[in-house]
Amino acid sequence: MALLETRRLTAFYGDFQALYGIDTVLQLGETVAIIGANGAGKSTYLKSIAGLIRGPAESVWFDGQPIGARQAADVMKRGITLVPEGRRLFPSLTVEENLLIGRYGRNVPGPWSLDAIYTLFPALKARRNSASTTLSGGEQQMVAIGRALVSNPRVLLCDEISLGLAPIVIRDLYNALTQIKAAGTSVIVVEQDIVQALRVSDRIYCFQEGRCSLSGRPTDLSREQIHLAYFGT
Amino acid sequence: MTLWANALMEGVLLGGLYALFAAGLSLIFGIMRLVNLAHGDLIILAAFVVLSVAAWLNIDPFAATLAALPIMFLAGFALQYCILNRTLGRGLLPPLLVTFGLSIIIENGLLELYSADSRRLHGGSIETSSIALGHSIGIGVVPLLTLASAIVVILALNFIFYRTALGRAFRATADDLEISQLMGIDHPRIFSIAMGLAFVVITIAALYLGMRANFDPTIGPERLLYAFEAVIIGGLGSFWGTLVGGIIIGVAQTVGAQIDPEWQILAGHVAFLAVLVFRPRGLFPLPVD
Repeated sequence: MALLETRRLTAFYGDFQALYGIDTVLQLGETVAIIGANGAGKSTYLKSIAGLIRGPAESVWFDGQPIGARQAADVMKRGITLVPEGRRLFPSLTVEENLLIGRYGRNVPGPWSLDAIYTLFPALKARRNSASTTLSGGEQQMVAIGRALVSNPRVLLCDEISLGLAPIVIRDLYNALTQIKAAGTSVIVVEQDIVQALRVSDRIYCFQEGRCSLSGRPTDLSREQIHLAYFGT
Repeated sequence: MTLWANALMEGVLLGGLYALFAAGLSLIFGIMRLVNLAHGDLIILAAFVVLSVAAWLNIDPFAATLAALPIMFLAGFALQYCILNRTLGRGLLPPLLVTFGLSIIIENGLLELYSADSRRLHGGSIETSSIALGHSIGIGVVPLLTLASAIVVILALNFIFYRTALGRAFRATADDLEISQLMGIDHPRIFSIAMGLAFVVITIAALYLGMRANFDPTIGPERLLYAFEAVIIGGLGSFWGTLVGGIIIGVAQTVGAQIDPEWQILAGHVAFLAVLVFRPRGLFPLPVD
């Protein structure tokens, strides 16, 4: 049985349909990358899983339970956390408070204690009492990942974690993702940076205009196939 | 000189009462950006609750307030959970209209139940007790207790906000409602707890209002005005700012009254306008607002 599955997932913003029947599967311990151009529906897909956009219950299954109609807080308590696009740290909270708030709704034992987060991202420890707004973009992204990780989720959803960051920072963040996966957390990464996505993922899905245009293992897919599925031409 | 010193002292102590009026309003606005137009009437409602509890149980107003606090917390929680949460997230107007309607309901309900007669909470000898400072300056014990209570309330609110997981949830919800849900924060419940806490502060304010002066069901809107002014002078969302704001209004009123008794209320409003002219965001605005 898949750990997380979407079945004919659709999503709407008012009258505008953003997703058209997306079928995806995430197995335990797996890292899956969702790639696609701007507006392909990648972030909407993650928001639908996280409960920020709700649809029919049977459109998202987690651990054998339909969760598509659950509220975001409930989805989080079940063990699915989201690193949102643009970091979205809480500006009135310090770095450590931003991390601690991550386990407000779910505080289960696991590999990701506060100390483990500081070991994963050593730069944060010295800034633990700083306002989160004073951090660099890379450090803010580390806090956003740590905040989603500190509740020891079973599935970590990452939305464009490389957006606007320097290549060296992106490399560090993706190295951290490898460690997160090694600790047993299943991961879904939404990315426009195809190289990074292919490097860390076991399987990829390519989205185009709200539909899944390609899926498979990175090693089984040719550059041309991905190009065609990504751009449509 | 002594008269002026006395006026200044009275103003500072009166500021404690205004800070208590304002703290609950600031708490609610700070967390859910809800402007509670019923706040003044809720203070008067709480005063009548304390009055009734004191009469039923034949106890003094302090003990009656202690007994009323859990009831008022639950009332605030229920009001938010059942009614006010439904008005949030739909623009500024729905909460304004609903709390305005609530204020009318409370005022008329109290008139129906208790009539328009003025009431007072009788605390016995403590009401007339005072501490002498030198030969000619005396500080009333009740006003002093009011200021001390305001300070304790603000310390407690700051502790909850900045030292507890609940406070982190309050601040996170105020910062970003959507993302706070991803932390497992059940925001309707968080808002309801905040309103429950605001009702606790309202009840403490009601105790001192009722011991200091007569009250009747129609004086709520004026308390709301003082609370608003104290919050805005202090800076939205700053608890210590509400104390400073309350003291500024209090001192302005007593100094104004010292010049001419008819200037008392006007002087408070003029001080408020003067602060608005020079510091439109208040004296202690939060860096993140």
